[in-house]
Amino acid sequence: MKARVHVTLKNGVLDPQGKAIGHALHGMGFAQVGEVRQGKFIELDLAETDKAKAKAQVEEMCKKLLANTVIENYAIELV
Amino acid sequence: MTTAVIVFPGSNRDRDMCLALERATGQKPLRIWHQDTALPKADLLVLPGGFSYGDYLRCGAMAAHSPIMREVKAAAARGVPVLAVCNGFQIATEAGLLPGALITNSGLKFICRNVSLRVETSNSRFTRGYNAGQVVSYPVAHNDGNYVVNADTLKRLEDQDRVAFRYSDDAGVVTPETNLNGSTANIAGVLNEARNVLGMMPHPENATDPQLGRPDGGPLFAAMLEAMA
Repeated sequence: MKARVHVTLKNGVLDPQGKAIGHALHGMGFAQVGEVRQGKFIELDLAETDKAKAKAQVEEMCKKLLANTVIENYAIELV
Repeated sequence: MTTAVIVFPGSNRDRDMCLALERATGQKPLRIWHQDTALPKADLLVLPGGFSYGDYLRCGAMAAHSPIMREVKAAAARGVPVLAVCNGFQIATEAGLLPGALITNSGLKFICRNVSLRVETSNSRFTRGYNAGQVVSYPVAHNDGNYVVNADTLKRLEDQDRVAFRYSDDAGVVTPETNLNGSTANIAGVLNEARNVLGMMPHPENATDPQLGRPDGGPLFAAMLEAMA
């Protein structure tokens, strides 16, 4: 089973890189773009075959290492 | 008097820190590899600057889980002083030794220059050699020094007099213009609640040799030494 983890900065935490990307897009003529937020995508190969157990394991990984919950949110998708 | 500097893969200010400590104490600090699982008895632990684990994932995130950090956290809980500078500050926040987090500088640039800092409190073993309000000059060298805390934590830091340094101008005036990296409330250094852990982005160890500019970091090392004696 694979787990796909998206890590994003929490609302309200300044995202200087997202801002720079937004400015660049506007400069290129993509005027329709509003706020841009940049995050991380992490894909994990898991030996676990039970979905509930896999979810719990990845949750723990997110809390302990993959995300810093002081400033970041995470979302887990199992495929 | 024993001081110990923790060395992670990618640390690069550990030698500068050792020189500053040796200059202050007259004794060579111990250098402790991050994979060690036991700490020698030490009067001061230092998490030095650098780029542990290449700043992969988040600055300090992997180093915070190094085997030795379990011992560093236990020692800090017992009251052993810990000085955490630059990448060390990032490691300390990731390890939960200090509140908040450090994210990319608001200007997206690596900043490497001398900066003015206003000392906010002399009530700590690290800053008692300064007067509150005094302006010191230390170098900074970081890409991720933007200190983020939420409003509740900021209020607690302010109420408990735990902000140690703020980015200011030469006269000690703190404004948004003197906030070089976007840090909440211009914070450059903070103390933990027990006041035995100091985390800071600027490098006091690089402001101790008169041949390299104003040795404004000297009083910080002298104060730590005095508190240990």
